Amino acid sequence: MAETKISIEKLYKIFGPRPQSVLAAVQQGMSKQQLLEEHNHVLGLKDINIEVSAREISVIMGLSGSGKSTLIRHINRLIEPTSGRIMVNGRDVLALSREELIEVRRHSISMVFQRFGLHVHKTVAENAAYGLAIQGMSIGQAKEQSRQWLDRVGLSGFENHYPSQLSGGMQQRVGLARALATDAEILLMDEPFSALDPLIRTDMQQVLLGLQEELHKTIVFITHDLDEALRLGDSIAILRDGALIQQGNPQDIILHPADDYIFDFVKDINRGRVIEAQSVMTPGAGVDGPNVAHDLVLDEALQVVSAAPSGEASVVDAEGNAIGSVSLKQIIDAMARPAEDGDQEARYR
Amino acid sequence: MESLLEFPSMDRQDLRDLKKAIDGGFRDFSREFGEMLENFFEPLLRFLVWFEKLLIATPWPVIILVIAGLAWLGSRSRTVVIGSVLSFLAIGYFGMWQDTMSTLAIISVATLLCIAVGIPLGILMARSDRMQTAITPVLDIMQTIPAFVYLIPVVMLLGIGKVPGLIAVCIYAIPPIVRLTNLGIRLVEKEALEAADAFGADYRQKLFGVQIPLALPNIFAGVNQTIMMALSMVVIASMIGVAGLGVPVLRSISNQYLALGLMNGLAIVALAIIFDRVSQRFGQRLQRHREGVDHG
Repeated sequence: MAETKISIEKLYKIFGPRPQSVLAAVQQGMSKQQLLEEHNHVLGLKDINIEVSAREISVIMGLSGSGKSTLIRHINRLIEPTSGRIMVNGRDVLALSREELIEVRRHSISMVFQRFGLHVHKTVAENAAYGLAIQGMSIGQAKEQSRQWLDRVGLSGFENHYPSQLSGGMQQRVGLARALATDAEILLMDEPFSALDPLIRTDMQQVLLGLQEELHKTIVFITHDLDEALRLGDSIAILRDGALIQQGNPQDIILHPADDYIFDFVKDINRGRVIEAQSVMTPGAGVDGPNVAHDLVLDEALQVVSAAPSGEASVVDAEGNAIGSVSLKQIIDAMARPAEDGDQEARYR
Repeated sequence: MESLLEFPSMDRQDLRDLKKAIDGGFRDFSREFGEMLENFFEPLLRFLVWFEKLLIATPWPVIILVIAGLAWLGSRSRTVVIGSVLSFLAIGYFGMWQDTMSTLAIISVATLLCIAVGIPLGILMARSDRMQTAITPVLDIMQTIPAFVYLIPVVMLLGIGKVPGLIAVCIYAIPPIVRLTNLGIRLVEKEALEAADAFGADYRQKLFGVQIPLALPNIFAGVNQTIMMALSMVVIASMIGVAGLGVPVLRSISNQYLALGLMNGLAIVALAIIFDRVSQRFGQRLQRHREGVDHG
C-alpha cells in the first residue's frame, strides 16, 4: 500500500442556516429528501471516508450535484465541513489557524479550476506567476521562475497575451502552469477539462499524464466523465448524492460494479481498453503459445492471442515467469458488454 | 366623521416647541464645535485657495497647453483634445476665463475629496452585507434630499464660504463613486476570487491584486458620475459664496439676463463634456485586456 497523503474521515457537509442542529439526525441516517423538506437544509456530503495515495492520480467521479466539487474544496478548506476530519501530510487541516492555512495553500496545495479561474486583467505570464507572487516573490522573479512551466505546457510565445485572447484549451494550460509553478506536492483539479472540446480534452489528458510521469504529484482529479476517469485514474472513487458508493482501481469498478447505478455507468465502456490480462486469466502454469504481459489490456492481448494457432497465450509477470493462461474465449467474454438483466450474482461481487 | 377629515396632528404648541428645541440644540452645537470644525477644515480651505490662485495666476496659454496635455493623456484621442482646446478658447474669448478657473479649482478639489473618501467607503461596503445595508439608505438620502436642506446646517456650522460650498458639492457628488466601487467589487467573478483564495492570497492581496483591478471599469464610471454631479452643483454652491461660473448664472436669474445665463451655463456644459469624454476614454483604455478575440 502506497503512502497516504490525504485522508478524509467521516466528513459531513450540510448547507443551510444551522447545519449543526441537524447534524445528529443526518448521522443517524436521515435522508437527503427528508432533510430538505422538513428542515430546509441541503445535504452536501455524507460520511465520506477516502484515502489518497501519494504520487498517484486519484479520481473522484460523479454526476453534477453529487458533491464532488464540494468534496475537493474541503481539502484546502475553501469550504468548511460540518463535521469530520481532514488530514493532509499528517496535519489536521481543520486545526490550522488562518495564517497556517494560508501557508499550506501557498506552498503545499495548488488547484486547477473548471472555468480556469484566471485573472483576466493579467497577462499569461503574470497569471502563471501568480502563485509565486502571492508567496511574496517579486513579480519579475516569479515570471522568470514560472516561464519554464509555460514552456512545458506549450505556451511559449504567449507570455504577453491576455487570457481572453486564448482558446479554452490554452487558457486551461495557463491554469495548469500556474498550479505547477508553486511546486506544491498536491494538485487539486476540479473538472479541469470538462469545459473543453472532446479533442482538446484528450490532448490535455495526454499533457497531464506526460507531466505526471515525470513529476509524480499527488493529484486529486474531479470529473463527471467515466472515460476520463478510467484513462487518468490510478484509483477511482464514485460519488452519488453526497455519498461515496465505490472506491477501487479502474478494473475493479468495471469488473465488479457495486450497484446498479455504477453498472449503468460502466456498461457502455470499452472494456478492452481497461481490463488487463491478469484479471481474466486462469491462474496456474503457462501454455503452449505466445506470451502476454500480465498488465496488457485486453484490446492488445486479443491481437496476440488471435494470431496464435492454439488460440491461447501464457500470462507472464514482470520477470517473464508464467503466472497463468488466457484463451480467446476468455478475452472475448470479458470484453463483451454485460447483459442488462443478467444474473445478479455474476455481476456483483 | 369629523375626526376622519382632520388628521390627528401634533398640537401646534408642541410642534413649535419641538422645532425650537431642535434649532436651539443645533445652534448650541454649532457654537460649541463650529470653530473646531473650521479649524479642522482649515488646511482644505488653504489648499483650495492656493489652487484657485494658481489657476488664475498662470498665463492662459500655459493652462490651455496643460488642458490639452491632460486630455491627450486621458483619452489618446485627437478629437477630444481639439474639442477641449476650442472650448477653452471660446470660454476665454467670451470673458469667462477667471470664473471658469475658479469652477475648475473647486470641481477638481471636490472630485479628489470624493475619491479619497468614496473609494475606501465603497470597499468597506463591499466587505460585508451589514455594512451595505447601513450605508445604502444614507447614500439615498444624500442623493435625494434637496440641496437647500443640507445647506442650512452646513451654513450654520461653517458660515458662508468656500469650505461649506465644497462640503455641499461633496455630499451631493459622492454617492455614485461609493455605490459603483461597491458594485464593481461585488461583481468580480467568483472564480477569480476563489483562485486567489486557493493560492493563499490574504485580504490585502485579494483586494489590491484582484478585486480593485477587476472593478476599475465600474469605479471609473463612478468617478465620471461624481464629476458630472459636482459640476451640476456649482450654481447652488455659488449661493453660499463659492466663486465661479455659478455666480453669473445666479445673477442672471434674479435680473433676467438671458445672454449672460446662457453663456455661463454653456461654459459649465463644455467643462462637463470635456471631463466626461476624457474620463470615459481613460476608463475604456483600462480595459485593454477585454479586447481579445473570443474563440468560443
